Amino acid sequence: MGIIVNNDTKVVVQGITGRQGQFHTRLMLEYGTKIVAGVTPGKGGQVVHGVPVYDTVAEAVKEHGAEASIIFVPAPFAASAALEALESGIKVLVIITERIPVKDTIRVISYAKRGGATVIGPNTPGIIVPGECKIGIMPSHLFKPGSVGIVSRSGTLSYEIAAYLTRSGLGQSACVGIGGDPVVGMSFVDALRLFEEDQHTEAVVMVGEVGGNLEELAAEHIAKEGYSKPVVAFIAGRTVPPEKRMGHAGAIVMGRAGSAEGKIIALRRAGIEVAEKPSDIALLLRKLLRA
Amino acid sequence: MKLMEYEAKKLLENYGVPLPRRGLATSPQEAYEVACGLKPPYVVKAQVPVSGRGKAGGILFASSPDEVKELASELLSAKIGGFSVKALLVEERVQVRRELYFGITVSRADQTYVAIASQEGGVDVEDVAERAPEKVMYLRLDPWLGLQPHHARLLAKFMGYSGDALLALEGIFQSIYEAGMDYDAELIEVNPLAETVEGRFVALDARVMIDDNALFRHPELQAKYYEDLSPEERDAARHGMAYVDLDGDIGVICNGAGLTMATLDLISLFGGRPANFLDVGGGASSENVARALKIVLLRPKVRAALINILGGITRCDEVAKGILDALRSTGIRKPLVIRLVGTNEEEGRRLLAGAGIHAMKDMEEAVKRVVEIAEEVRRHGDHSQ
Repeated sequence: MGIIVNNDTKVVVQGITGRQGQFHTRLMLEYGTKIVAGVTPGKGGQVVHGVPVYDTVAEAVKEHGAEASIIFVPAPFAASAALEALESGIKVLVIITERIPVKDTIRVISYAKRGGATVIGPNTPGIIVPGECKIGIMPSHLFKPGSVGIVSRSGTLSYEIAAYLTRSGLGQSACVGIGGDPVVGMSFVDALRLFEEDQHTEAVVMVGEVGGNLEELAAEHIAKEGYSKPVVAFIAGRTVPPEKRMGHAGAIVMGRAGSAEGKIIALRRAGIEVAEKPSDIALLLRKLLRA
Repeated sequence: MKLMEYEAKKLLENYGVPLPRRGLATSPQEAYEVACGLKPPYVVKAQVPVSGRGKAGGILFASSPDEVKELASELLSAKIGGFSVKALLVEERVQVRRELYFGITVSRADQTYVAIASQEGGVDVEDVAERAPEKVMYLRLDPWLGLQPHHARLLAKFMGYSGDALLALEGIFQSIYEAGMDYDAELIEVNPLAETVEGRFVALDARVMIDDNALFRHPELQAKYYEDLSPEERDAARHGMAYVDLDGDIGVICNGAGLTMATLDLISLFGGRPANFLDVGGGASSENVARALKIVLLRPKVRAALINILGGITRCDEVAKGILDALRSTGIRKPLVIRLVGTNEEEGRRLLAGAGIHAMKDMEEAVKRVVEIAEEVRRHGDHSQ
């Protein structure tokens, strides 16, 4: 069950010898994720929590058949790590790193598209398929197996919402963070499509926030194509001052989109329920699932 | 970070974009001297980081150096768009035949850069796009190819030019693109890009926004970036945190922008008013948590504070250590509501419990609690007056 990854997915951890890399490698292993190798240039030959470390991703792929990579590499070197993974044949890239320059991210995403690889992030908590595996940094005890798919731009807010769902007895089929940066690989629309195809997912929770127009595009997609499963959305940022406007050019490209209110209106017009506060999401889901 | 007009123009000039002859002045006397070295008539432009300067009275015209001096002393003692004017750009006034627009920015939906050309410039270009979309052309750029010469010619052609003018614009567009890429600009735009009565092209105004995340590649800009921030913003930014001042009385410290915003929304929903946005970021150290708490608690307007942490990459034990350090070292006793769950939660709670501090588990309950406490403090304060 789940989307994109499962407990057979062979994972390489880039930046495995760093503080965060080591810590989360242990947590992912404990959760059941099949971590087959780690990479830190110059530290090949070491072992972290029983996982062999290599200098290059190519070795990790050749020796262990790694298919997915999770990147903990610091921002100045993260794009290079991502390009190395893609060139070595990695098909699923989870970029945890925050504060990567947008120019670097744009290049990585463009390169990934050519090879048909999936990029989750950057600035994402990753993806978890509760009970099977997590390629990410989310606190796993807040999640439980079930049939609600969660897709979120915000990491911590998605944990919050997953915890509310879990407490109300609604488990999750998968929870994917698309990342909080202006430019990210996987979009809401991509995730909605995957959840629609996934037979274990019965309903979807979409967690958005002020800025950009990915939520509006999701609303447009649902309004145009329809959606076979109930969707509940939550949008953060109704009371914060609007994000810094990126001059006229930015405003044009976004077509005046970006405010939380605008997103809520667009989603409601598309027939999507929008929750007032995180704890309301479970109630709305129950209502829709009963209907 | 946003560059001032004079900085943006300097950058463009270094890349060969034609500009009016000009000089920067920080006093009326200096403005006079700059004007003496230029040909009249003149434009005097306040250097403030706001758009719509012209309408706000920040752009004035003069015909002699004496008049420039007079206008300079007016502008230097004025506030434009809420900013006091510290510097002026004195320029030779260009005789304009036509105003155009050219810019490059990041398109989130397209996941790449787009070049934008408009046959009409000088005004708000989004208004042109809405009123007359046929006058605006967008070109999605492949980041590995960039703006090729033929792309630039396509845009120049769209603006209605051929011959030497087309080739001149090709060079200008490419220079703007290169400047933008070299400096990690999220936005670089020339508006208006003027065609002069002599048939030359000149960048009359320019706007550049640099990607804050790329400042490590531009140390000279990084130093300036910190200078422009308020003390709280600077302290937070230097340590990888984000601080935004708001006008309420409930201090807020959270991890993750989304959770922070949702917390602010809930405070408002429950009738309170947040005093700030402070996101400690992912994986905050105890030092950063302590720093964040000090930034928030030291604000006189803060009546009560809420720490709302849901740890993923952030570890609750680090957060607890930071809270205890800050309380020990500041000695400030303002009511504090703590909500702490996630990675290493047990250890975090144990540390706080050891100091007699109870951490809550539910976010909405914690928000309700801090709103009530702030209200009590406010009422108590009113009674004591």
